Amino acid sequence: MSTINVNVVTPDGAVYEGDVEMVSARSQSGELGILPGHIPLVAPLSVGAVRLNYESRVHLVAVNGGFVEVRPDSVTILAESAETPSQIDVDRARRAKERAEDRIERAKQEEINYKRAQLALQRAVTRIEVAGE
Amino acid sequence: MASLREIKNRIGSTRKTKQITKAMEMVSASKLNRAQTNSQSYEPYTRKIREVVAGIASGNSGATHPMLEERPVKKTAYIMIFSDQGLAGGYNANLLRSFMDQVAARHSSSDEYGVIVLGRIGRDLLKRRGIPVMDEITGLPDEPDFQDIKNITRLAVNMYKEEEIDQLYIWYNHFISAIQQEVKETKLLPLTDIGEGRDAAAQSYEYEPSEEAILEQLLPQYAESLIFGALLDAKASEFGARMTAMSAASDNADDIIDDLTLSYNRARQAAVTQEISEIVGGAAALE
Repeated sequence: MSTINVNVVTPDGAVYEGDVEMVSARSQSGELGILPGHIPLVAPLSVGAVRLNYESRVHLVAVNGGFVEVRPDSVTILAESAETPSQIDVDRARRAKERAEDRIERAKQEEINYKRAQLALQRAVTRIEVAGE
Repeated sequence: MASLREIKNRIGSTRKTKQITKAMEMVSASKLNRAQTNSQSYEPYTRKIREVVAGIASGNSGATHPMLEERPVKKTAYIMIFSDQGLAGGYNANLLRSFMDQVAARHSSSDEYGVIVLGRIGRDLLKRRGIPVMDEITGLPDEPDFQDIKNITRLAVNMYKEEEIDQLYIWYNHFISAIQQEVKETKLLPLTDIGEGRDAAAQSYEYEPSEEAILEQLLPQYAESLIFGALLDAKASEFGARMTAMSAASDNADDIIDDLTLSYNRARQAAVTQEISEIVGGAAALE
């Protein structure tokens, strides 16, 4: 089966690089599935797990926002931060989740804090999800 | 001439100073190494973002964004990257001097500009000179994370969006080599020159959901990445400058120790000679 080259790049260096058969990511306008030979595309991503299918196995990468650039033979994901399962500190993510939930409870009246807490919660949940697989 | 004991003490204390400067030189050398590695591993990220932004900006789609367009300049903001610690030779002084020259030429009153300053030394220098400081970050780690300066980058980009400022420049020491750094000014906003000479790279992308929406997200991210890139560059320069300054200090200490040793030996010799002539004189008087 043909493959497509994937790069996940963050300000602290490359997080993942390799050839995969399919990339699935959640963009801000919906779920994206990318196979080799996709037309050139640029789309912003929301916080979530990116799934990389390779030899009937699924690799997960937790991605915090950013965007994806697709060319027929390569996919580049640029995010402020990203982690593979082995890089995630699960305990820390759990604590972050509790903190965020707590803050959401208290901060429903304040619009900005609420949004920030929600984003933090999303990041924590994504990390736990990715690490748990 | 100083007494033997005094000279000996001075040699001892100079030697101890040299030990310290030597250690600082080596510490800076290893930090420089790491700073350079960080700077290099960051490079692909900026380049990628730049490519995509340039692709959109140079496309003939007519997509525009306030961050890409010049507007009449009423207020200019400068981000300046200084160090938190001294003992780095001319690192901070050079930056400040070039900046003061430029500001005097460009602005007639201090209402026309403001500075966002990184680094304790820079903050103190600017405040002493009465330059308007908009915001400051001090105590950045030697290997900064993107998160460490996020507040500042957000603040600067938002001020531009809200039209509180109409131009944003960044000033820092660009790393050329361990012994050479160069004060550099880069214009961050508006991003007017981004599409230049890039038509070969311009692919016809599909934009999901729309070009405007992507620019809306991408341009702030790009501006932030430029600031962070400059910070990494400046950190490498700082350690380079400190290493060079400390190595010069160690060399100077060597020179001083040599001089002092010479005068110590002369003084010792003089004392011995004097003693002999006293003995000889005493013996002659007895005859």
